[in-house]
Amino acid sequence: MAKITYITHDNQKHEVEVQNGLTVMEGAVQNDIPGIDADCGGGMACATCHVYVKEDWFNKIPKKEDGEEDMLDMAFEPKTNSRLSCQIVVSDEIDGLEVNIPSKQA
Amino acid sequence: MIKTDALIIGAGPTGLFTAHQLKLIGLNCEVVDNLDKIGGQCIELYPDKPIYDIPAVPECTGEELTNNLINQLKPFDIKFHLNERVEEVKKENDNWLVKTNNGKSFSTPNVIIAGGVGSFEPRKFSPKECEKFENKSLFYSVKDKKIFKGKTVSIFGGGDSALDWAVELSKECSVNLIHRRDEFRGAQATIDKVHQLAKDGKINLFTQYQMAFVKGDKNLQSIDIKHDNNEIKNLKTDYVLGFFGLIMQLGPIANWGLNIDKKTIEVDTEKFETNQKGIYAVGDICNYPGKLKLILSGFHEGALAARACFKLARPNEKYRFEFTTSSKTIKERLGVKGD
Repeated sequence: MAKITYITHDNQKHEVEVQNGLTVMEGAVQNDIPGIDADCGGGMACATCHVYVKEDWFNKIPKKEDGEEDMLDMAFEPKTNSRLSCQIVVSDEIDGLEVNIPSKQA
Repeated sequence: MIKTDALIIGAGPTGLFTAHQLKLIGLNCEVVDNLDKIGGQCIELYPDKPIYDIPAVPECTGEELTNNLINQLKPFDIKFHLNERVEEVKKENDNWLVKTNNGKSFSTPNVIIAGGVGSFEPRKFSPKECEKFENKSLFYSVKDKKIFKGKTVSIFGGGDSALDWAVELSKECSVNLIHRRDEFRGAQATIDKVHQLAKDGKINLFTQYQMAFVKGDKNLQSIDIKHDNNEIKNLKTDYVLGFFGLIMQLGPIANWGLNIDKKTIEVDTEKFETNQKGIYAVGDICNYPGKLKLILSGFHEGALAARACFKLARPNEKYRFEFTTSSKTIKERLGVKGD
């Protein structure tokens, strides 16, 4: 289990416990956290589960694999700390992760 | 006004197989899709990605799956209405009257929504001011390249569309190509060409920049682009093109009086009918307890919805279940010889 904090665009903090092995996207969808659309369901094909990862965490979590950066080109207002939350797998190591959800996904 | 036994909205795998099932049981149907090609998400999102969970097909790409489904429809004469988005569905006597954005209209007892996550629309620039210039001097696709001749065009994006148009328009226009990172994701040959043209001064390349603001009253005058390090550059430009791919939007479906929860339509699991009699939803867009967003589930849902359509399209006939292996009637419909 890991505690993940999702911060929505209006600065609301949503703290949830997410099971290991799920993705940060699934943690959001299962807990009804607003702002993560995940239209393609985790196939890295739509860029609507886009989040910003706090700098210190950004360097700590496993790096982007092929294809994620390409998909991020399509995301709404991508920044250097952008990630697709469907590609971040939850484990004990990321306990305490904070992600910011953009104002919209498209 | 086109009359048909069933109208299918969406030409993705589920819509295609549903069409097959309708024709197999002797109903006619027409298919409408907002995209310019058949295949839905399979073609638009993952044409080259392998799929491993289609029954009896160990591995195939989105494009191969689409082509196989189109081949399976070959025996039948099915009219596809591409580049048409359904805007309105309303009851008229016992039928549904369906209208598209380009003025086509259909009258049918059965509407099958196989719309995936909705219709594909271009992804847009984030600054709100961009809307003001949309379809005047700011575009998300090119319909007539002649209007750019001799002008300055600023192209945003890092994929094939952006690169191809940068190369093409650099022949007769002054081109700025702006992308959020140094790497491009198009065909290598085109990427090389773009870098060569940039070296020769034919394309002004701005990487690690994104659109920040557009300026102008009636006509677009210039744009501000912002570097990752927050530095702002102002570029004079006559036109802006944005190529950020497509996004799925539920769109007008939300206004048809259907029970919608989290962008999906509630259906029963006998007919896959919505709360409106004669309107069905199948594939990714439908929702019921236990729903799986798999292509194979869409096939099952389409097969059952097609049987339900029979009752409304042929109220005085009785539907008889038959196998393709043994039914003479079905073999005739398929144009294959019996035993």
